[in-house]
Amino acid sequence: MPKREDLKKILVIGSGPIVIGQAAEFDYAGTQACLALKEEGYEVVLCNSNPATIMTDTSVADKVYMEPLTLEYVSKILRYERPDAVLPGIGGQTGLNLAMSLERKGVLKECRAELLGTPSESIRRAEDRELFKELCESLGEPVLPSEIASSMEEGLQAAERIGYPVVLRPAFTLGGTGGGFADNEEECRELLRNALRLSPVSQVLVEKSIKGYKEIEYEVMRDSADTAITICNMENVDPVGIHTGDSIVVCPSQTLTNKEYHMLRDAALRIIRALKIEGGCNVQFALDPLSFQYYVIEVNPRVSRSSALASKASGYPIARVSAKIAVGMTLDEIPLANTPACFEPALDYVVTKMPRFPFDKFYTADNRLGTQMKATGEVMAIAPNFEGALMKAIRSLELNVKALRLPKLVDVPTYEIEEKLKNIDDERIFVIAEALRRGISMEEINSITKVDLWFLERYQAIIDTENAIQNAPSLTPELLLRAKEFGFTDSHISFLHKGDDSHAKEIKALRESFGVKPAFKMVDTCAAEFDAETPYYYSTYDQENEAEGVDNGLRKVLVLGSGPIRIGQGIEFDYCSVHSVWALKKMGCETIIINNNPETVSTDFDIADKLYFEPLTPEDVQNVVELEKPWGAVVQFGGQTAIKLAKALTEMGVRLLGTSAEGIDAAEDRERFDEVLNTCGIPRAKGTTVFTTEEALKAAHELGYPVLVRPSYVLGGQGMEIAYSDRNIVDFMQIINMTVQEHPILVDKYLMGRELEVDGVFDGEDILIPGIMEHVERAGIHSGDSISVYPPLHISEEHKKTILEDTKNMARELGVVGLINAQYILYNDEIYVIEVNPRSSRTIPYISKVTGVPIVEVATRVILGEKLKDMEFGTGLYPEASYYAVKMPVFSFEKLTDVDIAMGPEMKSTGECLGIAESYPQALLKAFKGANMKVPKKGGRIIVTVKDEDKNEIVPIAKGFEEMGIELLATRGTCEHLRKHGVECTLVNKIKEGSPNIEDLIRSGSINLIINTPASRHESTQTDGFKIRRCAVEHSVPCVTAVDTAHAMLTIRELSHSEDLVPIDVTTI
Amino acid sequence: MAGEMNRKIVLEDGAEYPGWGFGATCDRVCELVFNTSMVGYQEIVSDPSYTDQMVVMTYPLMGNYGMTDEDYETRIPTLGGLVVRDYCDTPSNFRSAKTLGEVLEEYQIPGIYGVDTRAIARSIRDLGTRKVLICDISMPKKWALDILRRTEMPRDQVARVSCQKPWYARTANPKYHVVAVDCGMKLNIVRSFKARGCNVTVVPWNTSAQAIERLHPDGIFLSNGPGDPEDAVPVIQAVRTLRGKYPMFGICLGHQIIGLAYGAKTQKLKFGHRGGNHPVKDLTTGRVEITSQNHSYAVVPDSVEGTGLEITHINLLDNTVEGIACPRDRVFSVQYHPESAPGPQDSGYLFDRFLDAMKEAKSHAKA
Repeated sequence: MPKREDLKKILVIGSGPIVIGQAAEFDYAGTQACLALKEEGYEVVLCNSNPATIMTDTSVADKVYMEPLTLEYVSKILRYERPDAVLPGIGGQTGLNLAMSLERKGVLKECRAELLGTPSESIRRAEDRELFKELCESLGEPVLPSEIASSMEEGLQAAERIGYPVVLRPAFTLGGTGGGFADNEEECRELLRNALRLSPVSQVLVEKSIKGYKEIEYEVMRDSADTAITICNMENVDPVGIHTGDSIVVCPSQTLTNKEYHMLRDAALRIIRALKIEGGCNVQFALDPLSFQYYVIEVNPRVSRSSALASKASGYPIARVSAKIAVGMTLDEIPLANTPACFEPALDYVVTKMPRFPFDKFYTADNRLGTQMKATGEVMAIAPNFEGALMKAIRSLELNVKALRLPKLVDVPTYEIEEKLKNIDDERIFVIAEALRRGISMEEINSITKVDLWFLERYQAIIDTENAIQNAPSLTPELLLRAKEFGFTDSHISFLHKGDDSHAKEIKALRESFGVKPAFKMVDTCAAEFDAETPYYYSTYDQENEAEGVDNGLRKVLVLGSGPIRIGQGIEFDYCSVHSVWALKKMGCETIIINNNPETVSTDFDIADKLYFEPLTPEDVQNVVELEKPWGAVVQFGGQTAIKLAKALTEMGVRLLGTSAEGIDAAEDRERFDEVLNTCGIPRAKGTTVFTTEEALKAAHELGYPVLVRPSYVLGGQGMEIAYSDRNIVDFMQIINMTVQEHPILVDKYLMGRELEVDGVFDGEDILIPGIMEHVERAGIHSGDSISVYPPLHISEEHKKTILEDTKNMARELGVVGLINAQYILYNDEIYVIEVNPRSSRTIPYISKVTGVPIVEVATRVILGEKLKDMEFGTGLYPEASYYAVKMPVFSFEKLTDVDIAMGPEMKSTGECLGIAESYPQALLKAFKGANMKVPKKGGRIIVTVKDEDKNEIVPIAKGFEEMGIELLATRGTCEHLRKHGVECTLVNKIKEGSPNIEDLIRSGSINLIINTPASRHESTQTDGFKIRRCAVEHSVPCVTAVDTAHAMLTIRELSHSEDLVPIDVTTI
Repeated sequence: MAGEMNRKIVLEDGAEYPGWGFGATCDRVCELVFNTSMVGYQEIVSDPSYTDQMVVMTYPLMGNYGMTDEDYETRIPTLGGLVVRDYCDTPSNFRSAKTLGEVLEEYQIPGIYGVDTRAIARSIRDLGTRKVLICDISMPKKWALDILRRTEMPRDQVARVSCQKPWYARTANPKYHVVAVDCGMKLNIVRSFKARGCNVTVVPWNTSAQAIERLHPDGIFLSNGPGDPEDAVPVIQAVRTLRGKYPMFGICLGHQIIGLAYGAKTQKLKFGHRGGNHPVKDLTTGRVEITSQNHSYAVVPDSVEGTGLEITHINLLDNTVEGIACPRDRVFSVQYHPESAPGPQDSGYLFDRFLDAMKEAKSHAKA
């Protein structure tokens, strides 16, 4: 059927802030879907609260609402916009749940809007465990013995009937939040409590455990004419039991025969036909490695993380095709690059996906893996064999691991390695490799880990190759070819053969003399059967190279991507990379992108003129550089990942467009940066460097408390501490000196002032600053975790001028061309600089959207030589908007047990959302709502328990809440202090003071907010503070850990009718 | 760890691809084709339609799950040779009984790995199917080209792979009796009939029409097989005699034979269709199915007109004829493989359609 003509306007719901389990893949899907709908001539209204996304660009949708993704707001938008239809299957579980609510509450009917794609009845059948089970049973598809439980009693009885071990899966949660395995009643009880609470419908599925089964997924598609196809299947290297988002996944399956492959394919197609899915769908199976027995695990009736991976792995644009199916087109009517969409991709390579975990940041977190997803991002790699794809993926993770070898395991005794094999955690693959090195047999490893022997054989092949290189008297052409095909870098070969990696250049010269050189192959969806024009490549060591570096007279520009999503480097940088590519194209350049993240828009093959899906290491980048010989390279948009490559690129002789490697370095080197500041006459907090505790104490006394203490070799706030007293200094120096310090420790005066941030573009003469952002939380909390307000609330014109001048002077002194991000403190009516980054920042997408200045485009034009004064945005400080925009951090603490939620100098948030309104309190309220932070109202109850330094400041805030008619409860110290200052409050027992205590209160569900500021950033997991905060997270009670955040919450009380907040279409402002 | 490369393949145009040998080490001249299936090498290796053909597998990893005892498509594989990117000699699957290399060796099939299979597939795509020699790496290219030039590809493949005498596949409570003309029939076709309650009598390709009639079939099946359909003269003649008398169903070569018997023409495609992912539209229902394909020849679309045949299925990638029928005669056929093995199992309904035709014919006869 051709596309529907009765529809004109379609509402697309996005997935909101990035959290673990729902990340950039939905920006990729959403962007693709919006563009596909626009291509068919529909008017697209987009609703997504996440300002860091590409889909919320005014060029992607016709109308863009960056409003909270709540029923309240989406209903308002629906009532105002009156779209003909809503597309629900693009915005992850959030979008789907919202669409279902809109239908259930009758909003769709009221607005005469229909749901496109899969019918809501089918969604219910797929999502509701009981209905789905019934459906499978009616189809004869085996499902695991399971029972639904709505209470503790029911759950335990069900587990008893089914027999332990069992797995618990709460209904309607993101990424399986709150599920897990229970081996006995005690474990079951603990898990059930959590699972019941986390499920919005208080339903938990108790299911037979099938640990050790293979986990196989199929990405399938169906249209309204009942044509159903498979895009690809995927095999999890880790057997069932680890969330697929946390598993190493290979595409296509490697250990399935034709019979098994098609048995499961048929089952997947039968299921989506029965469900009447219209669009993309993911079906997961568990397959017994020793028989044909399989179980259907689950179905996702929407695009998903797996579908993003499948799209990138196969070259088939699942979201785009899903959107077209939703408007009535059939698969045979939708053209792809070289085939109709009803064709099943054929892969002629192996794809490996590896999860990127946040345990490098959250080193206290529980790193065991299970049904609860913990990865923040992922990388993908393509090669003609599994070994190569795996090794490429490992080094793409940017964890300082170059190969299948974790240095810290080398000295672990064998019996401990054997013991570690039993742990299912993020290091398992390395432990297995180490076990193989120690001679533990594959059979034994297989019996412990249940990882298929085929994969173990591949790890062994890698290790054999390592040994061969280590032991070879000289490196033969065959050995070098094998090593390169297995994804060994020259520096790893050097390390193995020569003992260190300094001989990489010689290795490269040697293998090149043998003709062992990279070639690039195309990902064309059809295994070369048809001529294709998909400029999407990966490296191999084959004879034929398909990616000819044709010189078409255009300036060729290489854009380096930002790799896997991790805390501190999110999709903002993908936004910047993509916009830079778009701007370069507009300027008539040929664009080449290198990146390895399958979730992102930048790795869609029609973004840049050419896409190289490769690790972002110097060697991998050099391979592309040698082939393409780019005219220049851009590193300032790809976050730290790309910035780190600046030096290597310069050494390769590639012209860095924009700020030089030298300038980048100067901003990061403390001494050089100090020189710059001296030259410009810009003040920064006084400080000194120390080595010993005595020196530190002396420095602190000279500077006066509080002081900021941190090791000098780390970046980005890692290991930073604010010391208020000698005791803090002593404690902290002890921690820091547990590891030998080669570099001095920095002690700076901590200026407890207002933090300000700007993003600007400097062209060598002029600067353009689109807007100044003010942080709600004072300096000391990582800027990524602070609430950020534009335009600033408390900054005088004079200070704005100072900021403008300072930024401009620093930019000039550092030799910046392009983007500059600067952070300042306003302290005692003076502006101090904190730090400067001559590159894109996390705030670029947000500030671009709220000011209307396309910063990345402007910066790209500047990089190519244009002057700001010749552009349409002027120079200096761009006029301020007439509304307020608040960026609110969003955290994923629920998914990461044993992580302290207290904010500090290290970033912890995974995403952000926007609140935009005519007044600051309104914008703030929207932002809180978007972040799902429920602000307490009259009649509510708040627990206050703050550190001594905050006790004075909390008094007026507490008073404010009291005046609102909110009941205050406090622990002893805080309580006494508040009472002394005339605030009425109830005393609550600390945990150690015995029941009923603060934890009991939180669990009771009667508390609306907890204000808890930690005494130290290194509070152990045993302290009351830590336990209180974790308890709050685990019971979904909002908990703020900074006085300023609490104060911001109070600001909202000025709003009398929050319901009157009007959604704003940002294309109209 | 592999030592030095020891084998190579040489194409007519002089292109050489060195690699490592596995399976048998004999030299052989074949026709070079590629297959894009990602699973199912066992079924491909044992499909008689590949007689005298050397298959390049575009999926790079072969041998992963070994060879099972149950998944052969013929008793004695007659594949010409196998070209793979990466060969796995340590398979992992609960049914694996032998390695791929062992089976190739057992049936004297030469294999080579370590070659740039994608480059070869692209070359076949751009320049068409060509002759290929697999030989020792030391063979001078001039010799290889000489051998290729003077080797004429045989035209008697069907005679070689067809059964020499009839055999029977019996099932409990049979509903129908199918006589299957074996031009190189895949065993999964027999399994597909048996699963639907048919007894099958498999007869040699050159069985006369009269001999077939003497078996009192409810329907006649024409199998897949290797080579040029025009060489299958006895079968074409039998179809001409028997059409209209019995429901008739053809697959692949059997489909081309039906086309020729009705007066349509066949042509050799540049590089054929081999894989498990081609979409085919059933013009009678409008449905699209994903098909298993393996053929070099196809029925010429324009030649169908006026023969009494109609085109029932087309390939959505290149519009080639994928199915024809003569409803009046209860004759129909498809170019692709509804028995799958390897490949998708979307098209099993065609067997049911044949059963329906036999049922109608039976009730018609009674009436």
